[in-house]
Amino acid sequence: MTHRLRFLRTTSGAAGCVIVLFVLLVAVLGPYVAPHASTQPIGAPFSGPSGGAPLGTDFLGRDVLSRLLFGGRSVIGLAAAATALAYLVGLTIGLVAGYSRTIADPLLMRTVDVMLAFPPLLFLLVLIAGAGSSVGVLVLGVAIIQAPSISRIVRTATLEVAVRGYVEAAVARGERAAAVISREVLPNILAPVLVDAGLRFTYSILIIASVNFLGLGLQPPDSDWARMIGENRAYISLNSLAVVAPAAMIAILTIGVNLTGDAIARSLGRSYVPRTIRSVST
Amino acid sequence: MTSIGRSAAIRVESLCLNLDTGEPVVEDVSFDVAPGEILGVVGESGSGKTTVALALLGYMRPGVNLRRGSIQIAGQEIVGRDARSLRSLRGKVISYVPQDPGGALNPSMRVGDAILDVLRAHRSGAVSDDSVHAALTRVELGRDPAFGHRYPHQLSGGQQQRVTIAIATVCEPPVAVLDEPTTGLDVLTQNRILLELRRLRDEEQIAMVYVTHDLAVVAGIADRILVMYAGRALEHGPTDEVIEHPRHPYTQALVAAVPDARHPQALHGIAGVSVGVGEWPAGCSFAPRCRHEVARCHESVPLLVDAGPDHLVRCIRWEHLTLTERPTGGPRTSVAAVAGAPLLEVSGIDARYRSGHTEQPAVRDVSFAIDAGKCVALVGESGSGKSTIGRCIAGLHVPSAGRILFDGEQLSGAASSRSLEQRRRIQIIFQNPFESLNPRHRVRSSIERPLRVLRRLSRDDAEREVGELLERVRLPNRLRDRFPSELSGGERQRVAIARALAAQPDLLICDEVTSALDVSVQAAVLELLQQLARDLQLSMLLITHNLGVVACIADAVLVMDQGSLCETGSVDEVLSTPKHDYTRRLLQAAPSLRDRSQLEA
Amino acid sequence: MIAPAELRLPRRGVPHVLTFLGGRLLGGVAALLAASVLIFAGVEVLPGSPASAVLGRNASPAAVRILTHRMRLDRPAYVRYSDWLAGFVHGSLGDSAVALAQGTTHAPIWPLISGSLKNSAILAAIAALLMIPFSLGLGALAAVRAGRPTDHLISLGSLAGVSVPEFVIGSLLVALFFVGLHLLPPVAIVPPGADPLSHPKQLVLPVLTLLFASLAGGIRMVRAGTFEVLQMEYVQAARLNGLSERRVLLRYALRNALAPSVQVLAQNLQYLVGGVIVVEAVFAYPGIGSQLVNAVQVRDVTVVQSVAMLIAVVYVLINLFADLIVILLVPKLREPA
Repeated sequence: MTHRLRFLRTTSGAAGCVIVLFVLLVAVLGPYVAPHASTQPIGAPFSGPSGGAPLGTDFLGRDVLSRLLFGGRSVIGLAAAATALAYLVGLTIGLVAGYSRTIADPLLMRTVDVMLAFPPLLFLLVLIAGAGSSVGVLVLGVAIIQAPSISRIVRTATLEVAVRGYVEAAVARGERAAAVISREVLPNILAPVLVDAGLRFTYSILIIASVNFLGLGLQPPDSDWARMIGENRAYISLNSLAVVAPAAMIAILTIGVNLTGDAIARSLGRSYVPRTIRSVST
Repeated sequence: MTSIGRSAAIRVESLCLNLDTGEPVVEDVSFDVAPGEILGVVGESGSGKTTVALALLGYMRPGVNLRRGSIQIAGQEIVGRDARSLRSLRGKVISYVPQDPGGALNPSMRVGDAILDVLRAHRSGAVSDDSVHAALTRVELGRDPAFGHRYPHQLSGGQQQRVTIAIATVCEPPVAVLDEPTTGLDVLTQNRILLELRRLRDEEQIAMVYVTHDLAVVAGIADRILVMYAGRALEHGPTDEVIEHPRHPYTQALVAAVPDARHPQALHGIAGVSVGVGEWPAGCSFAPRCRHEVARCHESVPLLVDAGPDHLVRCIRWEHLTLTERPTGGPRTSVAAVAGAPLLEVSGIDARYRSGHTEQPAVRDVSFAIDAGKCVALVGESGSGKSTIGRCIAGLHVPSAGRILFDGEQLSGAASSRSLEQRRRIQIIFQNPFESLNPRHRVRSSIERPLRVLRRLSRDDAEREVGELLERVRLPNRLRDRFPSELSGGERQRVAIARALAAQPDLLICDEVTSALDVSVQAAVLELLQQLARDLQLSMLLITHNLGVVACIADAVLVMDQGSLCETGSVDEVLSTPKHDYTRRLLQAAPSLRDRSQLEA
Repeated sequence: MIAPAELRLPRRGVPHVLTFLGGRLLGGVAALLAASVLIFAGVEVLPGSPASAVLGRNASPAAVRILTHRMRLDRPAYVRYSDWLAGFVHGSLGDSAVALAQGTTHAPIWPLISGSLKNSAILAAIAALLMIPFSLGLGALAAVRAGRPTDHLISLGSLAGVSVPEFVIGSLLVALFFVGLHLLPPVAIVPPGADPLSHPKQLVLPVLTLLFASLAGGIRMVRAGTFEVLQMEYVQAARLNGLSERRVLLRYALRNALAPSVQVLAQNLQYLVGGVIVVEAVFAYPGIGSQLVNAVQVRDVTVVQSVAMLIAVVYVLINLFADLIVILLVPKLREPA
């Protein structure tokens, strides 16, 4: 087993992987195996579990199980897209700032500092207040929230790597900056930068789900786990499964991702918990 | 075993330490140290010397356990004690001086308080500021009454080390363990610390175990030497005996590998790689690398036998070997002078470093020239600016003034603005072998890069040449597909050399290329560089802080102090009749194996 | 690693501390200014005026024009921005757009939100007062007992807390304590004007929810920082000099883990401030978070702007406070490099 897959040997790593795969399967394949459509009422609202509806019905009488099976795609998809975009932007900014060592560095980092001084959820709410809630706003908003701290970590890692012998050897050969960054720097910063990718992914899920829960996120006709919790919460005593089932799905997905991430980081010998982002001494 | 009649301060018998997984780390080590005696434990990385030293304190790294043996400190048995009784001994009966003083002092505690802490831990009576002051005065830090109020980061490296010594001696323990206490200090400071230790030994009769990899340093301070290799003691005897008449081939090879500024000799490294834990061969562990091995050496582990009064050796052939002849060959074979203009001419170089908002000058008005085929050494302490000059020549640092002429053409400051030919003909090798190769690239990719970029070779030609280059640096061809993490420090440096040679340069800048390597590996790498320079007619700029290396390898030397050149000339001249005071002090402080008792203030 | 030979004499620490803090203060002000621009611009990103956003798509052009005039949107953007900012600094937060749309000529925001601001402050303060000591204590404990069952338990718990969104935690807690055990109310409705502290049962679940999420993050960070310090050479050297384990842990390890922990906890406090928004929505707690969510729902842009600005100010203040504490704890920072 290569050292990269060593984490699968640990209990937490294996458990995390299994959990994540399970949830992903539910989210991706759910719509194809759902017994009912997610938008059609099939019975009285808040009826308990029965043969036709193993998890009961929600506040509009729709089948909870079916809505559960349909409800994972949007939040996971949006969170994945937002995180990927955040890494793209963060990597670019961090690499340029860390490698250039010109005026671009403090300039970029001051801009980043501004974003870090802002409550993330608030930023998204402000954006939604101004621009409405659409796929673009959500993905872009969450990406803007995550990109600054990623760029900080990338910059620190780049600064560290850029003074190493093999990078200087490339510079002494006269290779252009783009070649040096892509060949020598980037492959060697990916490990410290990606070590908390799982944490960031769950954070994206967290923000998007929170916004959906508040009813301010996407309003698709299809269901969404977070919105299910929000919709059915007021009558939780009538059919608690309508709240507990989607809550459990979100909970085990995020726990599973972080379990796996922790195990991977430990097997690489790194701490999964990111270091303090801002340091007091400049 | 040693002075009969005086009870030993330290008595170690048949010490065996294992990993929890079963592999032996230290095997069958025994020695005595009398009060007021210094035992130097010498070995390279992986020899187990630090493990032995820490075991004296009753400490084993996590994952290491004591399988067998007895350790008696001032008559008290250490083995088998529980944590609390060990604690009562540590600091009071046996103390510890660490390697890196900056990291070993609590950054949030004033040094006076740190000393008080140890006092309070061991004395039930009242402790006062006077005791702290006395402890500081003992290490010559007592002149400033407010010294104890300082934090560690406000002290220089030498002062920090003195503080750790003060902490270790404040309760007046009879025994002290010193773990490479002067590695990491510059030569002049190192000298002062060594004098300090000698004085402490003389005045307070502290028995010391001094662990180091630097044979020259320990030869100047130790009364007896214990040579360790692969967890075992290979030789043990009085310092003079071990240095002048080494009985074990390893000891002799070590002695031959130490560069001595005052008695230059040809450097010879030891072939092969040192063995790590779990890789111990059957039989004598040094046999695979030994010049004098025979079949019988591999059969079983040799026993320690008497090779003279008080002198033990672990070798079955010691009587048949005469190892005291000095290796033949002069220090360096001088290359015939090439007529014509110098290959490299540096004039009026100024260089600065920007840190935060300020600019620090690093190099001030430096001018020198390197003739073709010559090896010029650039010597100085850390902070002297020598590396900066090397980087300027390589195009990694743009000087703020002055010019550099290479083969008659002026070089621009940055490598990216230089011509292909200029970039190709000047190559640089760095100090840290663990950072000089890209960990994600295999060895062959690292070596191929300059072949493709600077010599524009095709893929097939490049592949072929990689094999030739590996041979030239005496590395087996199978290493070409390895990643750097699978190679040792010495092997990585050789790959770095191969990478530099790939460009077919005329000038090779070697920036402290051996400072991070074990002594025997250092000798081997320097030997290789010398030979390559001769065969390929390379000019070298050898940047180093080690005057011994300079004496053994270089033709000319440039001495730098705080950014300026203070003396230049041929190596013979400068080292035998130094004109500048700084050069004289450097020479004086340089540890020398031959002139051992030279430690003077 | 070779140390320079010169001495570095200690200097009076005070002047450098002041310049450092002054610099941080300036940085904070700059960040707030930038935040204000973001907030101001963010709300007005949609094409079309904020007035039409408030009134909705079916509004008549006439109504839009009237509201535009009332909200004084017919001035250039930078003028509106500077007016808003100046007003904010002086304490007048503008008028509620929705109220203006409904006909009132003057609907100052501050009275609208002062009550809920107080409620939120109480909620956040209780959670913060519990979070700080528990983070430090449990995090340090987990680090000292690393690898042992105590550590596994604490680490697993904090992993759960940091992964799961607050509203999920809140909902699950409600399911447990209300539906399952009938112990606590599912919502925390405090009558307007009443003091939340006189309704303690309503506060338990919101505080628990807030606590669970932020405590978890704090524990993980404190554990990581403490663990790192425990590996430091000076901790080991202290043990080898015979100091008691208690002294080594307290003065050599934890004392040095405190400074980075403080920074981390400050970040966590900020996280708490953000978390208040969601938790209030889960429990219908009458705080500033609920009001903000409500304002976003009805597109009351001026309220959103002002509340956002307030929260940003709190955020920056927490940062400054943390910087102050760290500089008190770390002697090395009191001097120029």
